[in-house]
Amino acid sequence: MSEKTGDKPLRVRMPIGIDYKWCAGPASTDYLTGLKDGRLFGRRCPVCELVYFPPRNGVCARDGVMLGESVEVGPKGTISTFCIVNVPFLGQTIKLPYVAATIILDGAHLGFSHLIQECEASEVRMGMRVEPVWRDKAEWDYSLENILYFKPSGEPDAPFDDYERHL
Amino acid sequence: MRDVAIVAFSEGPVTFGSTSTPVEMIVPTVHDVLKQAGIERTDVDFWCHGSCDYMTGQPFSFVSAVDALGAWPPIIESHVEMDGAWALYEAWIKIQTGEAEVALVFGNGKSSAGDMNRALSLQQDPYTVAPLWPGMTAMEGLGACAALQAGTVTERQMAEAASRARRDGAKNGNVLVSGNESADELLSRPVTAAPFRDHDIPAMADGVSAVIIATGDVAKKIAKRPAWIRAIDHRIDHQNLGWRDLARSTSAAIAASEVGVHKDKVDVAELHTTFSHHEQLLINALQLRPDATSITPSGGALVGNTLMAAGLSRFGHAARSIFSGSADRAVAHAQQGACLQQNIVAVLEGN
Repeated sequence: MSEKTGDKPLRVRMPIGIDYKWCAGPASTDYLTGLKDGRLFGRRCPVCELVYFPPRNGVCARDGVMLGESVEVGPKGTISTFCIVNVPFLGQTIKLPYVAATIILDGAHLGFSHLIQECEASEVRMGMRVEPVWRDKAEWDYSLENILYFKPSGEPDAPFDDYERHL
Repeated sequence: MRDVAIVAFSEGPVTFGSTSTPVEMIVPTVHDVLKQAGIERTDVDFWCHGSCDYMTGQPFSFVSAVDALGAWPPIIESHVEMDGAWALYEAWIKIQTGEAEVALVFGNGKSSAGDMNRALSLQQDPYTVAPLWPGMTAMEGLGACAALQAGTVTERQMAEAASRARRDGAKNGNVLVSGNESADELLSRPVTAAPFRDHDIPAMADGVSAVIIATGDVAKKIAKRPAWIRAIDHRIDHQNLGWRDLARSTSAAIAASEVGVHKDKVDVAELHTTFSHHEQLLINALQLRPDATSITPSGGALVGNTLMAAGLSRFGHAARSIFSGSADRAVAHAQQGACLQQNIVAVLEGN
């Protein structure tokens, strides 16, 4: 589509776009409507009995079956693994250094990522107990962003056995 | 060559506007095809999936589809960005190489997730054609005009194909549209996108199809009457619509010749007809005799176009005609791309 105009090629912009309608499905609908109310819902696999939070695509990836009952989990949880971010990048909004952690909510068996704040990065450790800090209720939406970050709950660390299988 | 047969087929509900995720839609159909075969998922040693990321709007959306299979203990799986019929072709090759005995093949698509007429434009050349957003109906309209002008297809043949698809769809039940109109009645309806009337354009659908294929002795254990894949061939026409003759399907003709469609009688031919004029183009290319062959008795994609599953469904329905004994020799056809660009043709036999 480029045409020589003198020495410079003619540049043509041809942006493409398609609109999609994404259906969350029954499992993620529980999860998202729960978040809107400040509650955390996962789903239990009827075969392995593990509770998925978030419920992913509504199926147990291990057993290949539809997830079963809806289960309220958290709000407290345990850090299984974490990463201290020291490297600045484009579009960064959080002050360095900060901690991104994998958190396993009480009653759930699948980790998800969230921020850890209100403590020094150097204090964060595996097994640390954390609790969510929510946005103002007026701002709640169908989103995990309703939780601003997790902070230490002050409880004693969870024993390694509690989260070893989720590493 | 190893003997390979289709031994089970399941087709999920053909709908439009499913509120499940694509992954949730896959699970029941995969379970059903395993149940029909009477095997466990751990008996499957190769999984192959056909789908299209442009339909979901998610890059690598096929990766999440593995969740639906249960990947523990670890499985060997692959994916094609094509209709599930191409996944079947890959699985057939995998078995031919000796690396698998039993393969589960599935294809799925959710047309209701967006404007598929527009999305399918992205199958075209990304520099010169796709940015024009020609739309599938317009591209197929060019093909239909070329065929009508060359006389390789008539308007009456298009109406007859649509009439039969709607009647057969009513018998099948698992389709989106059906009806008992004669070809004359359909021809009396208004042209809505020249040269098409509404019934010439496929009813876009959400759906999932799954097929199990297996080698000789295993196939005989699973199915009373396996549908043996005697020959299968895949040919591609040029992508550029202006560089090929749209009045005929050269690639389908070559594939049909390679698998020897014409060498014996054909009881059933399941043709992947998405627009009504495709049927006559394919009858011409495959040299079928409609007086001796039942053409697409399932109703086909015209009455329920489950994108990325409809081609595999043709293999499944052709195999069913063998399972039931209603056919001894069947032809399965699948297509992909605009104006029958890619074609797979296979001959299935009961003996």
